[in-house]
Amino acid sequence: MKRCNTLCGALLRRLNFFAAVCVAVLGLFAWYGCPQSAQPHDAQKEGKMVKSSALTATQKQIETITSKSSIRPFKVSIPEEALTEMRRRIAATQWPEKETVQDESQGVPLATMRELAQYWSTDYDWRKAEAKLNALPQFVTNIDGLDIHFIHARSKHPGAMPLIVSHGWPGSIIEQIKLIDPLTDPTKYGGRAEDAFDVVIPSMPGYGFSGKPTTTGWGPERMARAWGELMGRLGYKKYVAQGGDWGAFVVDQMGLQAPEGLLAIHTNMPATVPADVDKALLAGAPPPSGLSAEEKRAYDQLVRTFKQVDYARLMGSRPQTLYGIADSPVGLAAWLLDHNDADAQPAATVTAGLKRIASTTGELTRDEILDNISLYWLTNTGVSASRLYWEYKGGFFNTKGVKIPVAVSVFPGEQYEAPRSWAERAYPKLIYYRKVEKGGHFAAWEQPLLFASELRAAFKSIR
Amino acid sequence: MTCLNYSKMPACSAAILIITVVLGLGSGLAAQAQGNTTTNKKEKIMTQTSPAQSSATAQKNEAIRPFRVNFPAEALTDLRRRIEATKWPSRELVDDATQGVQLATMRKLADYWAKQYDWRKIEARLNALPQFVTNIDGLDVHFIHVRSKHPKAMPLIITHGWPGSIMEEMKIIDPLTNPTAHGGSETDAFDIVIPSLPGYGFSGKPTELGWEPVRIARAWVTLMKRLGYSKFAASGGDWGDPVTEQMAVLAPSDVIGIHLNMPSAVPPEIFKALGAGGPAPDGLTDDEKRAYGQLDLFFKKGLAYAQEMTNRPQTLYAMEDSPVGLAAWILDHDIRSYELIARVFDGKSEGIDRDDVLDNITLYWLTNTAVSSARLYWENKLPFFAPQGVKIPVAVSAFPDELYQAPKSWAEKAFPNLVYYNRLPKGGHFAAWEQPEFFSSEVRAAFRSLR
Repeated sequence: MKRCNTLCGALLRRLNFFAAVCVAVLGLFAWYGCPQSAQPHDAQKEGKMVKSSALTATQKQIETITSKSSIRPFKVSIPEEALTEMRRRIAATQWPEKETVQDESQGVPLATMRELAQYWSTDYDWRKAEAKLNALPQFVTNIDGLDIHFIHARSKHPGAMPLIVSHGWPGSIIEQIKLIDPLTDPTKYGGRAEDAFDVVIPSMPGYGFSGKPTTTGWGPERMARAWGELMGRLGYKKYVAQGGDWGAFVVDQMGLQAPEGLLAIHTNMPATVPADVDKALLAGAPPPSGLSAEEKRAYDQLVRTFKQVDYARLMGSRPQTLYGIADSPVGLAAWLLDHNDADAQPAATVTAGLKRIASTTGELTRDEILDNISLYWLTNTGVSASRLYWEYKGGFFNTKGVKIPVAVSVFPGEQYEAPRSWAERAYPKLIYYRKVEKGGHFAAWEQPLLFASELRAAFKSIR
Repeated sequence: MTCLNYSKMPACSAAILIITVVLGLGSGLAAQAQGNTTTNKKEKIMTQTSPAQSSATAQKNEAIRPFRVNFPAEALTDLRRRIEATKWPSRELVDDATQGVQLATMRKLADYWAKQYDWRKIEARLNALPQFVTNIDGLDVHFIHVRSKHPKAMPLIITHGWPGSIMEEMKIIDPLTNPTAHGGSETDAFDIVIPSLPGYGFSGKPTELGWEPVRIARAWVTLMKRLGYSKFAASGGDWGDPVTEQMAVLAPSDVIGIHLNMPSAVPPEIFKALGAGGPAPDGLTDDEKRAYGQLDLFFKKGLAYAQEMTNRPQTLYAMEDSPVGLAAWILDHDIRSYELIARVFDGKSEGIDRDDVLDNITLYWLTNTAVSSARLYWENKLPFFAPQGVKIPVAVSAFPDELYQAPKSWAEKAFPNLVYYNRLPKGGHFAAWEQPEFFSSEVRAAFRSLR
């Protein structure tokens, strides 16, 4: 698969203009004939428009149409100067004094940031992350006016289920790359060939190597449409989608849009809070009566979560004011680190990860955390990523009305542990529900092997 | 130490957080002593890590030491270099300020700051004033103290807020201490004391917990007494408001009266309505409706920086490390102040000019007080804007572009001894700074009946 992709890439690069035009025209007819986009009726309309315009278009127009939907190979190549500059800035950080408490109750502790900065500006090596990424098939394609970067790893197993995995904030594709091998090559990990996946991992607009929107409108709904379009463009007639954090919002939207090819979604941060509970939460009122112990516990967890999301309020109202996180690597790092999980703010698993140099079981390490932060720094996406909070005006954990098949994995360290009773009500076609034994908000990142086995189990019934 | 967490209300309904969020004054037993009478940025960093003086020693040390500002050239060069090396985010996606401080405004600010702004001008103006440091309750407090030449001058302590500083009050010193030179009467003269809050400006940064408005108020009473004033007046806005009101509550027989430009006067039923996030209750007067609308807007759209500072002040490394980051954060205090400042950088002067804005921001930068100033929000326990039980004479100046222009009806309810109330035609949150003539005449009028 990899070799074929490379050959195809090489061929594409060598096509001359004439060949490109022929391919384009043929492609346009094929597109019209076999709609692959998420909404067939739109594709028909588009196809009709494209067909007639193709017949009358100038060569320049054909070129544009071709290049816009083409899938271009991508390699990460950060200039050395950018890395030197990053290190220099970290070393020149102007620090605040220590917090006046002995814990994390005032924010990310100074000692944590100092230690991280020391390593980050000296021994940390971005090139390792770059090599890891470049060992994967990466592409960029223009969807709905924006360049979308994605990893696309095809399984060697025939009949592998296509899966699109959607990250969140303060995450990125870095969170998901450890899933690729267990998902595409399950037998190496004690899984079955029948449970293999083709894996597509896009970066959200304004994140990673994807383009940064220049106009408003790129909320989860639009991203969901783009993800459907992407899977279609990759030739997948049937696929599933997975998401956590913002990725969970996106896949819920995909579930609501219910494009023809989407068989099911999996979420590790499900939106299951019933309307009356949600209302009570937002009003700061006590929960409605009649909640089970498990539901009451979930309610309390949400109350706790809502005390730990000031970063979200800031980004939701004034994302552009965060010039500091674009200009200061340490400032950016602290901002990204201060996302909570069930146990702490900063997330307990991230704090633990900062102390972990290496892991043979794929658990979160200090280098991986810095890979993620460095990605934000090097792509200058601190502020552009924040804008997603501004775009989205909906509720976070309330039920959305998804009717298609849904699989839910509840990790103990997530913002709240969605009870089965709520999940069943939120997702009438709940095909899978499991409370996993370990893992937190960044489940895929912290427990990739466990996460992969969850996905195999989750989608088994719809293969 | 219990986490003083005031985010009682969940994400999407910002209104609810108002009451607990807005106040957040840092207090702590600051054992950090700065023996230097001059400030040197690098020295400051060094002394911060040195062992703190013991409480006992500090408390015995009531000396009032003269103070001069003197930042080394290197600190100013470093600032300019950092500004010029700013890494900028992409432009906002809207054509207004609804996503935050606009890129064009920040570019203009940065350009002027790096290429034309001159800190030495304000440094000279500060050093032309009598400045002192004295240790109170274990913390070094910096203050300006100008005595009027007029014999019956009323002593007055003026307290700034966030993101303000002593810079806000510079323009009212002469009008208040030297009224005849400004068309006023010598019978309206004041001795002026302008301290910096703990963790702000040239005051010490607390290293222990507890420096919240009540403790600061206590320290300010001590300061005035130490300066020889047995009776005195007080004025304040923003954080200066709870500090000033608490002085009145703690020392009612020592405080002649207080003047407030951002009073804690919101009635409980209004808070309740704001918390519900709905429209204004029925039966409000026009002034009350206006105030309700201003508060509603602030709580729904403009509160987030205060929530972050209240709960996660230490996370704000970016404000400490990036001059432009600090500047943007400061500019975004409230939308009306932002609009005023943005206009100023667009070439339209209105009360404050570019140098004023940058004098203040540069002070935060050079004194490394981005995070220490934020801790005040974390420390605070008082519900902001809510009446605090002041019984002594109160004067209120309600400026139209303040976070809310307090209606007289609300002021009368909150302050049983309201001796003065006025609604101004212009001026905002930084009233003394933007409208020093109005503000000075307000202060004179406020205390005239109490002399």
